[in-house]
Amino acid sequence: MTLELAATVTDRDVEVALEVADGETVALLGPNGTGKSTVLAVAAGLLRPDRGRVVLDGEELTGRRLVPPHARRTALLAQDPLLFPHLTALENVAFGPRSAGVRRRAARDRARGWLAEVGADDLAGRRPGRLSGGQAQRVAIARALAADPRLLLLDEPMAALDVAVAPALRQTLKRVLEGRTTLLVTHDVLDALLLADRVVVLDRGRVVEHGPTAEVLARPRSAFAARVAGLNMVRGRWSAGAVRADDGRAVAGSPSGPALREGDAAVAVFRPRAVSVFRHAPGGSPRTALDVVVTDLEPHGDQVRVRAGDLAADVTVHAAAELDLAPGVPVTFAVKATEVDVYAQ
Amino acid sequence: MRPGVPRWVLVPAALGAAFVLLPLVAIIARVPWTDVGTLIGSDASRDALSLSLRTSAASTVLCVVLGVPMAVVLARTSFPGQRVLRSLVLLPLVLPPVVGGLALLYTFGRRGLLGETLEVLGVQVAFSTAAVVMAQTFVALPFLVVSLEGALRTAGERYELVAATLGARPTTVFRRVTLPLVLPGLASGAVLAFARALGEFGATVTFAGSLQGVTRTMPTQIYLLRETDADGAVALSLALVVVAVLVIGVAHRGRPGGAL
Repeated sequence: MTLELAATVTDRDVEVALEVADGETVALLGPNGTGKSTVLAVAAGLLRPDRGRVVLDGEELTGRRLVPPHARRTALLAQDPLLFPHLTALENVAFGPRSAGVRRRAARDRARGWLAEVGADDLAGRRPGRLSGGQAQRVAIARALAADPRLLLLDEPMAALDVAVAPALRQTLKRVLEGRTTLLVTHDVLDALLLADRVVVLDRGRVVEHGPTAEVLARPRSAFAARVAGLNMVRGRWSAGAVRADDGRAVAGSPSGPALREGDAAVAVFRPRAVSVFRHAPGGSPRTALDVVVTDLEPHGDQVRVRAGDLAADVTVHAAAELDLAPGVPVTFAVKATEVDVYAQ
Repeated sequence: MRPGVPRWVLVPAALGAAFVLLPLVAIIARVPWTDVGTLIGSDASRDALSLSLRTSAASTVLCVVLGVPMAVVLARTSFPGQRVLRSLVLLPLVLPPVVGGLALLYTFGRRGLLGETLEVLGVQVAFSTAAVVMAQTFVALPFLVVSLEGALRTAGERYELVAATLGARPTTVFRRVTLPLVLPGLASGAVLAFARALGEFGATVTFAGSLQGVTRTMPTQIYLLRETDADGAVALSLALVVVAVLVIGVAHRGRPGGAL
């Protein structure tokens, strides 16, 4: 069950092309309002693209006549579980099979199986009004899977949940998504890391980056992916041993991967932990020194994350106190060239 | 704590309530309690009561059969001219019933728009029991449509979209998701339509006439009795008041959100 999707939705300024291979989970990452849900709506048949085509398992869904949602077998699971309030959990899960013409008894048996699969078999007789958020989302997952979808569409399925129940549900999802063709919209790096084989990063309605999850998170090429991965990124052109940005910042580093030529578009990526913070620029060492103004301080594990615009540095609590850091204080971020990964954009 | 209301509004509010309740008290005070049984039990009254209940039930069924699809089309689709169409369809809400009756007469009457065609087919509608049902349906239909369209809009389309992605065809979605979700709204709409049909007078008299046992419904009977037999009129009115109170009770319980 492969998905090929190319769609332009003019009034939302979305122009996206992507593929999901058979049995693969692809995470659609990106800032809010960037068109992720629009892509899902196009795949589910809830929105007609102005141009483009959707091909699922070799079947063209956007021909002269748009294949309606109910004939696509693309189950959609959103942030809000949207369980039918007048049906019990079991009847909710049996809804898909019943709609496909399975007899009541058989549909219920199948529903019981799926409830057990997501660890919700004890909730079978309950109405949605008497389920917690996490329980309801488990039932909703069972309901989506029971419909035997060719493509599973997940729209931030964990975003509305308590932090306490999200990890368990993520584990459940990881188990049931194994081998299923899935398109997962998320802005959570953990979802991408644990559930997705590949990620596609969207920004302002366009694909800005895609690739295997580990690769994109380790070597991001887009600002959003860098932020999600918790990395600093400076974009510019490679020149004289440093990546030079348009705003005049220059970060020295060691190129990896395909050789860079002078003037190539490149990114310099480094960890906040590799950044040292000084009140006054240090001299002499082969470091990059960036003059910045502290914008924010926040706890980060047993350290303090010092934010300065789009850059961040991690320092010890002791160092933060010693440097007397506070928003508005001008400081210098220094990073050794050996700690900076440089590659073509 | 509530923000509270200015104290002076209590005076007109109380006046309004008294204005509505006092006439009810007055008519109940006029009821000749000892004779109620015999007054309601007269042939003419029994005929009127039975005709009213039968025709109102029939027109309520018609309202549901026609009104549910109308509400669904108005709430769930969009097409050019929809707003104008909605206003026109709801016109009987504000149209004087007598005018409605005349309009029906000029449509289905012997010389009406469709009357001649119907006559050729051997069907004569005007001044029959069917005409009573049609007049009642004409005035009651908008009540059901308005109340159900509101319930449909409140329920939203999100559940229906999910049902569709789970493989349910539009008819299945309608039967298993849409209808159950708006059932309280549908029930209260049907009850309102029944009440409106039961009280219908102007359009019925104009279009169906007043023939005992055939087209003379309770309101017509009360109106006719009023001059010759005031006690009888009051006794019959009491019957309608009781039905009205029951209707309000049922409609109140059936409010969306109350039963779900």
